[in-house]
Amino acid sequence: MTAALEVVNLSKSFRGLRAVVDVEFTAAAGVVTAVIGPNGAGKTTLFNLIAGAIKPDAGSVRFGGTDITGLRPDQICRAGIGRTFQLVRPFAGLTVEENVTAGALMREPDVAAARVHANEILALLDLSDRRRRLAAELTLPDRKRLELARALATQPTLLLLDEVMAGLRPTETDRMVETLTRLNRERGLTIVLIEHVMRAVMALAGKVIVLHHGEKIAEGSPAAVATDPAVVESYLGAEVA
Amino acid sequence: MRIAGLPLLAGLDRRAVTLLALLLIGLLFVPAVAGPYLLSIMILVLYFAYVGQAWNVMMGMAGQLSLGHSLYVGLGAYVAAALFVHAGIGPWIGALAAMAVATLAGAVIGYLAFRFRVGGVYFALLTIAFAEFTRIGFDHMTWLGGSAGLFLPVAQRERNDLWSLRGDPVMFYYVILGMAVTALALCRHLARSRIGFYWRAIREDPVAAEALGIDVFRYKMLAAMASSAMTAPAGVFFAFYYNNLFPEQIFSMLRSIELILGPIIGGLGTLFGPVLGAFVLTILAEALQEALQTLGWQIPGIKQVFYGFCLLLVIVFLPNGIWPPLARRLGLDVR
Repeated sequence: MTAALEVVNLSKSFRGLRAVVDVEFTAAAGVVTAVIGPNGAGKTTLFNLIAGAIKPDAGSVRFGGTDITGLRPDQICRAGIGRTFQLVRPFAGLTVEENVTAGALMREPDVAAARVHANEILALLDLSDRRRRLAAELTLPDRKRLELARALATQPTLLLLDEVMAGLRPTETDRMVETLTRLNRERGLTIVLIEHVMRAVMALAGKVIVLHHGEKIAEGSPAAVATDPAVVESYLGAEVA
Repeated sequence: MRIAGLPLLAGLDRRAVTLLALLLIGLLFVPAVAGPYLLSIMILVLYFAYVGQAWNVMMGMAGQLSLGHSLYVGLGAYVAAALFVHAGIGPWIGALAAMAVATLAGAVIGYLAFRFRVGGVYFALLTIAFAEFTRIGFDHMTWLGGSAGLFLPVAQRERNDLWSLRGDPVMFYYVILGMAVTALALCRHLARSRIGFYWRAIREDPVAAEALGIDVFRYKMLAAMASSAMTAPAGVFFAFYYNNLFPEQIFSMLRSIELILGPIIGGLGTLFGPVLGAFVLTILAEALQEALQTLGWQIPGIKQVFYGFCLLLVIVFLPNGIWPPLARRLGLDVR
């Protein structure tokens, strides 16, 4: 298995608060890697470092063998990494179709071609019937799907998903898991996701990375990580002896 | 039913094309039926439709609030007028120079603001500051008349001279009509192309836009430059129509505010909003002034009060402007 993403000794502090400390991991091509950890563990900061939204203090990020550390978000997207935001950021005043077309334009030669591609993605995510609606009018589950659709429209080889299941009902979660599984299996898309919904993590992930206070405390298969004493302790607190 | 073939009208339905054609025909016949007073108002309407369209590129499409667009009007006016007065260069060539100078100014302000991430209100303040100190600078430029003003030679001529823009109001009417139609067509083209999508994405959410591979700095710069370049010819027109320029007037903040009211009241970010807003505001304001004059009342500043009142009404009752609800009622595309 080749590594799609290699994160080497990545660190970031905010005014002395160490948000990400010497984190190191690789995400294998074609595999779903999950990043889990309690609130404030530094998961979103880690994503922002990879996606270029913030610059690391130390360490590097390599994608497909090239160093992408310190590049701007748009350059990283061009390199082939798509991302979604934990708090969805739809273009509220634009229609669903326009939202996705804006993303598709990066790799398509013109607006007409981008629109065609956007509609393929909308069909894939069951959003076709809402394509003329303003993004502002969508329900939360649909907004989450739109967020995913827009990122997919940039035709990434690696997708960073920041809690796409949060706030979804179990049936909707299952639907999202199914969509992501399909994207991963049928298109060979490499996925790195931050997730709190353990059902989804167990169903999707080939590998799990656990962050706690900015540090990686465990790494391995979902089953192995779930029984790791250090992980259990970080989630539930130390047992009283 | 979509109309194919004409790229300019691509995507418009038959209803929209018919209404646009009717409007254009009506406007073409205005000089034939209107007296000098009505004609002067119609020139003003089209002037505001043009300059509002230019401002809307920056605010309506790309979401960057400029409150200093009188800078580009003034620079355009002074560049073309100075070339005409001092070097005998005609306004059409002058307009190219004017656009170059205004674009440069727009690029400098844009660079400072976007590179150092000056956004929102602070960006607006920056645009005001540039317009203000340019005004003060021009006040002291004796070569260009300083605060005493720059005057273009006015001579009675046998016939209209379109090349040097010397002639009667009818000629000016058709010039500004041509400019307004060109601006509308250009903006429509921009809005439907890649750049329009990127501008709207940046307007809605620059962080999300960046994550979709959009070089936000570059496209904001393009918006600032396109808008300032488009604004300059309005200044050229202004200079040759009124034949006098005073820094105090042309660079004034009041002018910047005046030109943004049309698009705001008509509908920000829509193509027809600036046109509709210019019609509604200018005609209502003139009618009000006329009515007061007939009654023999002299109320200084009533126009500004009226503008304020209109703005208030629109904000309260039609927060998206007059055009979107009207377009829906007419069964047309809002944009």
